[in-house]
Amino acid sequence: MKILKIFSLVLSTFMVSGVFASDMKVGFIYIGPPGDHGWNYQHDVGRQAVDEAFGGKVETVFQENVPESADAERVMTQMALSGADMIFATSFGYMDPVINVAKKFPNVKFEHATGYKTADNVSTYSARFYEGRTVIGHVAGKMTKSNKIGYVASYPIPEVVRGINSAYLAAKAANPNVEFKVIWIFTWYDPAKEADAAKTLIQQGADVIMQHVDSSAIMTVAEEAGVYAFGQASDMSEFGPNAHLTAIINGWAPYYVKRVQQAMDGTWKGGEQTFDGIGAGMVIIGNMSDKIPANVRKEAQDLADGIASGDIHPFTGPVNKQDGSPWLASGETADIGTLLGMNFYVEGIEGDIPQ
Amino acid sequence: MDFSDINFSLLIASLIVAATPILLAALGELITEKSGVLNLGVEGMMIFGAISGFIVTIETKNPWLGFLCSCVGGMLLASIFAVVTQIFRANQVASGLALTLFGLGLSALLGQSYTGIKPVAFPDMHIPILADIPIIGIILFQHDFIVYFSIFAVIFVYFLFRNSHFGLIIKAIGENHDSAHALGYKVILIRFFTILIGGAFAGLGGGYLSLVRVPQWTEGMTAGAGWIALALVVFASWQPFRLLIGAYIFGGITLLQLNLQALGLEINVALLSMSPYLVTIGVLVFMSARRNKNSLEAPRSLGKTFFGL
Repeated sequence: MKILKIFSLVLSTFMVSGVFASDMKVGFIYIGPPGDHGWNYQHDVGRQAVDEAFGGKVETVFQENVPESADAERVMTQMALSGADMIFATSFGYMDPVINVAKKFPNVKFEHATGYKTADNVSTYSARFYEGRTVIGHVAGKMTKSNKIGYVASYPIPEVVRGINSAYLAAKAANPNVEFKVIWIFTWYDPAKEADAAKTLIQQGADVIMQHVDSSAIMTVAEEAGVYAFGQASDMSEFGPNAHLTAIINGWAPYYVKRVQQAMDGTWKGGEQTFDGIGAGMVIIGNMSDKIPANVRKEAQDLADGIASGDIHPFTGPVNKQDGSPWLASGETADIGTLLGMNFYVEGIEGDIPQ
Repeated sequence: MDFSDINFSLLIASLIVAATPILLAALGELITEKSGVLNLGVEGMMIFGAISGFIVTIETKNPWLGFLCSCVGGMLLASIFAVVTQIFRANQVASGLALTLFGLGLSALLGQSYTGIKPVAFPDMHIPILADIPIIGIILFQHDFIVYFSIFAVIFVYFLFRNSHFGLIIKAIGENHDSAHALGYKVILIRFFTILIGGAFAGLGGGYLSLVRVPQWTEGMTAGAGWIALALVVFASWQPFRLLIGAYIFGGITLLQLNLQALGLEINVALLSMSPYLVTIGVLVFMSARRNKNSLEAPRSLGKTFFGL
């Protein structure tokens, strides 16, 4: 009898420790390589933070260069089949694949970055990058001498349009003569194409380049041409020590650690939509270069602090849409729904948003 | 909008630079395909050339050595393909695809500690007197050595296949390897050679990307340039000068549409970004339509395995 008791005790210890050893498996899928020093790099920093925070209790796996197509479904299905309890899909275009795979694996928890579709086991998370773009837009408006700011954009999705609008409003407020030149290149990651677009903007007179694409090619081109640029997703000053003004850094680590913790505690919920900004540390303004005059640096910092505390909203009226029709009345701030679905330029930006 | 924002001579000068990697890679593939070998590994050889050249340039601070090593890197990868397809007679399509995957992976591995570094600048060669001619000087005579090399290489390859004995042998092997073998030509040996040359050109094209055009190393930086090069060879119906025209049109329309976008022109942008592909294919197809049928066809032994040892 005693032996049996001991045996069962040993067995249960084994089982418990067994559960502990493989408590959770968390998968990440990336649109590009983590070595891009941009978007994917920061998601991978977040993944490593999860590794560190939970030690051996959580195993993380990742797959890089996953196209936003049926391939994404295949990769996530594979991850779920091989035992992943939670999957972070870190690009907008994984939205429908996530929803499809989530239906097939109701016990797997899905987290989708920057999307808007949720389900019982799908939550979304996104950062208010436009808050960061307001800050760098202000810096850009102050730093341009030619009053032409170039903007290399990826795909015409609300997130990117929102960034252009917030940057433009801030730049315009800082410098009423400012003009935006926007180029859409329809890719998140193609260093050669990004370089071409940046060179084109510089040839057309832009002396400050903003980007909403992932690689550091634009920073390199800006450094060579002697114009200014901003780090995207990560600090990119090593690519352009003179060109680099500051960076919008994505801080995913706290969120990833929190969500994995919730999943372990059983408090994780699907259907949630997290949308955090500078205040929550999901958007971080990087080091500001000495090239920025001290007073502008202070203005930018005040702007960031104001946004973090909620005193300043990047979209505060009066703001008209591009066609001149009123959008926000004086003092009115944009509602979240309009921001998440933003598909129009504000007044003053030239050109069309591709449909 | 204001068209004076576009500097057309700068535009043309930069389209030549933009087109050079694709042109080099496509020219190499053209030579390989002329001998009847279809190497789909262009993308892999390009990116491997890009990282080889980049590493050597960083370590030695000598971009010339870097370019040399990007050729060697491309050849190294091509030699794997050559051994597998020519000696072990593996399927060329599958081996080529595998080569691309291998090249992408290997370059990512090698390049891990080379991100975030800037290579030594590769100087432009301003050709005396000619470079000072207004407009034409900027467009044609203020480029770097590789650009001039690519143009001369096109001319050389044209005469190689048109006027030289060796070029005819390559063509004969590509048209019918059994007959060429019966005539005493060393099919495997010559194919080995053309595959290596193809690798060298692809590697050089990749090196031009990482050392001049971008210039930095990032994983996957070729981003499909190798596939465009492959398509160009077909649409140029295996003719060097059409290849040049095709590559320049592709580069040109790409840059033109970026310029039009920056002007804020109210044209459907999706259409604009499609336009390089559409226009290039359109022009090359139009050019082909007026030729007799024979000159358009692929080498008849293209992609077939040679068993007649």
